Amino acid sequence: MLARTEPINGTAKPKPVSSPMNNFKSDLLNSFSLKSLKLKTKQQELLIRVSILCLVYVLAFITRLFSVLRYESMIHEFDPYFNYRTTLFLTQKGFYDFWNWFDSESWYPLGRIIGGTLYPGLMVTAAIIYWTLRFLRFAVHIREVCVLTAPFFASNTTIVAYFFGKEIWDSGAGLVAAALIAICPGYISRSVAGSYDNEGVAIFALLWTFYLFVKAVNTGSLAWALASAFGYFYMVSAWGGYVFIINLIPLYVMVLLITGRYSLRLYVAYNCMYVLGMLLAMQIRFVGFQHVQSGEHMAAMGVFFLMQVFYFLDWVKYLLNDAKLFQVFLRITVTFTVGVGAIALGVGTASGYISPWTGRFYSLLDPTYAKDHIPIIASVSEHQPTAWSSFMFDFHILLFLFPAGLYFCFKRLSDATIFIVMYGLTSMYFAGVMVRLILVATPAVCLISAIAVSATIKNLTLLLRAKNKVAQTASAKGIGSAKSSSKGLLDQSQPFHRNGAIALLLGAFYLLSKYAMHCTWVTSEAYSSPSIVLAARGAHGNRVIFDDYREAYFWLRQNTPPDAKVMSWWDYGYQITAMGNRTVIVDNNTWNNTHIATVGCAMSSYEDEAYEIMRSLDVDYVLVVFGGVTGYSSDDINKFLWMVRIGGGVFPVIKEPDYLVNGEYRVDKGASPKMLNCLMYDRARGVEIGNKDVKLEYLEEAFTTSNWIVRIYKVKPPNNRW
Amino acid sequence: MARSTSKDAQALFNSLRSAYSATPTSLKIIDLYVGFAVFTALIQVVYMAIVGSFPFNSFLSGVLSCVGTAVLAVCLRIQVNKENKEFKDLPPERAFADFVLCNLVLHLVIMNFLG
Repeated sequence: MLARTEPINGTAKPKPVSSPMNNFKSDLLNSFSLKSLKLKTKQQELLIRVSILCLVYVLAFITRLFSVLRYESMIHEFDPYFNYRTTLFLTQKGFYDFWNWFDSESWYPLGRIIGGTLYPGLMVTAAIIYWTLRFLRFAVHIREVCVLTAPFFASNTTIVAYFFGKEIWDSGAGLVAAALIAICPGYISRSVAGSYDNEGVAIFALLWTFYLFVKAVNTGSLAWALASAFGYFYMVSAWGGYVFIINLIPLYVMVLLITGRYSLRLYVAYNCMYVLGMLLAMQIRFVGFQHVQSGEHMAAMGVFFLMQVFYFLDWVKYLLNDAKLFQVFLRITVTFTVGVGAIALGVGTASGYISPWTGRFYSLLDPTYAKDHIPIIASVSEHQPTAWSSFMFDFHILLFLFPAGLYFCFKRLSDATIFIVMYGLTSMYFAGVMVRLILVATPAVCLISAIAVSATIKNLTLLLRAKNKVAQTASAKGIGSAKSSSKGLLDQSQPFHRNGAIALLLGAFYLLSKYAMHCTWVTSEAYSSPSIVLAARGAHGNRVIFDDYREAYFWLRQNTPPDAKVMSWWDYGYQITAMGNRTVIVDNNTWNNTHIATVGCAMSSYEDEAYEIMRSLDVDYVLVVFGGVTGYSSDDINKFLWMVRIGGGVFPVIKEPDYLVNGEYRVDKGASPKMLNCLMYDRARGVEIGNKDVKLEYLEEAFTTSNWIVRIYKVKPPNNRW
Repeated sequence: MARSTSKDAQALFNSLRSAYSATPTSLKIIDLYVGFAVFTALIQVVYMAIVGSFPFNSFLSGVLSCVGTAVLAVCLRIQVNKENKEFKDLPPERAFADFVLCNLVLHLVIMNFLG
């Protein structure tokens, strides 16, 4: 009786002896409440966890809805329009037609084999969601499904992050990871509502695959390895960045082998995942046979063979039971294997059977490669190296929690923490090379930071609660006992430790709340603009919406013959095909450099040369973007130098220095003569600056949007002179 | 030097053979299956070297099905072997069920890939 009441009131005074009946009753009550308290604690914990996860799920979804609320539910940017068009085709014509689709409306006159040159994961996912909703009798339009696919999958990513965190560290870290990744700007940037692009689904698939693989390595079960192979298949179907997975996992296995952590669980997990994953991945036509032929995938195959060797050696060692004989055997087999492997690799690479790393991925290892050799890759703004400000902008406090988390991971090394450390370090390196890859680093950074946060807060609260308990038991045991003197000393330092812990906890909460505020601000200001509709502040401070792009595309759709061909810079290709429904010469797929260079050449030549090129391509209309009136900075004149560079890459007649004045790029009166006379200048800026009296001989103005942003010109047919 | 290595090799061979004969029969059956699968894969590679690799997807699917079943059988052997302490609590029925499931998926994908 005494023992039970002590923790409650913490006094040493014995309770006055009351009647046995009262004792019995209070006894019963106490035991009841305590027993139900004990049950309740576990259930309470479950309740707290589930409610936190539900809140995080909803939060991840609604924080991405800024642009839908401000403008309307539409698809943003350029690439998503192509995805939308293909999804529309899929839902209308069915899977077989989609898989075998040859599109003659883009890349005129070459056309494009869409079925074999895209990653179908995103479209199939959206189509499945659409068909499910339709089956449940929700009459949704496919566009709504497309717009909201990315936020939906972002919510799912938070759930996966929770399970992953639980696998690596504990459920507390999982919860923090889920909360951090729900609002992290690095991820939000590519998964807002309306950004219907591969990355929205791919990051979910990435984290999902990694989680399943780590689970397989931890448990050594074939079923989890099979699940991770399916996860890998989903990733391959969704994004070209699957190359990251197929290189990180073999690298991770190598590191485990080197650090002496080879185990049979690892063997089972990696082999099953590699063989089944490779087979499943080859079902995607775009990937094809790359898993056995391309240099980027050879690491996985090499590690596969290495694992067989390790297993074989392990088995022989077990059989022999004798160290000396095993040494002999080891010597023979190792020299043999290494020799054969090196010869095979050498022959394969030298004979060209194993293709070397493609330009896109090679530029990750050597960042200067693209600028000199492949201007198209270098011109995309997302492929530029990352500045420190971008890191801070996208990660905020996670940036310094990341090293702290690494420290914690190294303190408690296990197969799973080694994986997350490797994922974090490699993805941070690549994020430093290319802005776009901050997205891939985001889950790793969130997870590692979550470990730091969770471990720190756990230690601090343990400190708080331990001090409380020690205080109570110390005073309860009485001052006279021997132990109490030391506890008394502890008593004196307790207030300092306790205050320190409380101060640190408050500091941690302040930091986290600042992070949440920063993320929301970033999302609302920077990442929620559909670039197809522009907004600005008018002269009186009211908001002005420029809907010029859509105006121009619908004009094209309604006022030009259905087989008209439109020439513009490749940025707008997807949008023209999707909304204008007209054939374009080049679009964002950028698979044919020569074709794009032809267009670049046309834009940067004198009008009569350009006319020849346009006649040869059967162009009827030219579309340019002009920012002079509105001060729109991302117009075609800004992109002009890239047109020159890309055109000059294929047609040496276009020389970049011709367009520059003393090495500077100027568009006003002082611009170079070639610049003043070329087609792009005429079309875009001719009326305002520099050449004021430009006369168009071969083109006539067909349409200009209400804010003068998009201008469409009709190509005049040749004169019937002879 | 040569004689000592050959003597070593002989001693190696003998001890390997004697140790192997001590493994239980069920594991020996699995080993036989693995050997058969690898042998079939080798025959296919030799055939491709003679005849040429068109159509490549059929060749790949054939070789990979052999390699895949061999690998899965080895995984089964690992999980069923009572000497492996890591898999002590895994009931052999569960291991076999996983093996069958993975083989099913493997062969379904192969059939799709065969062309």
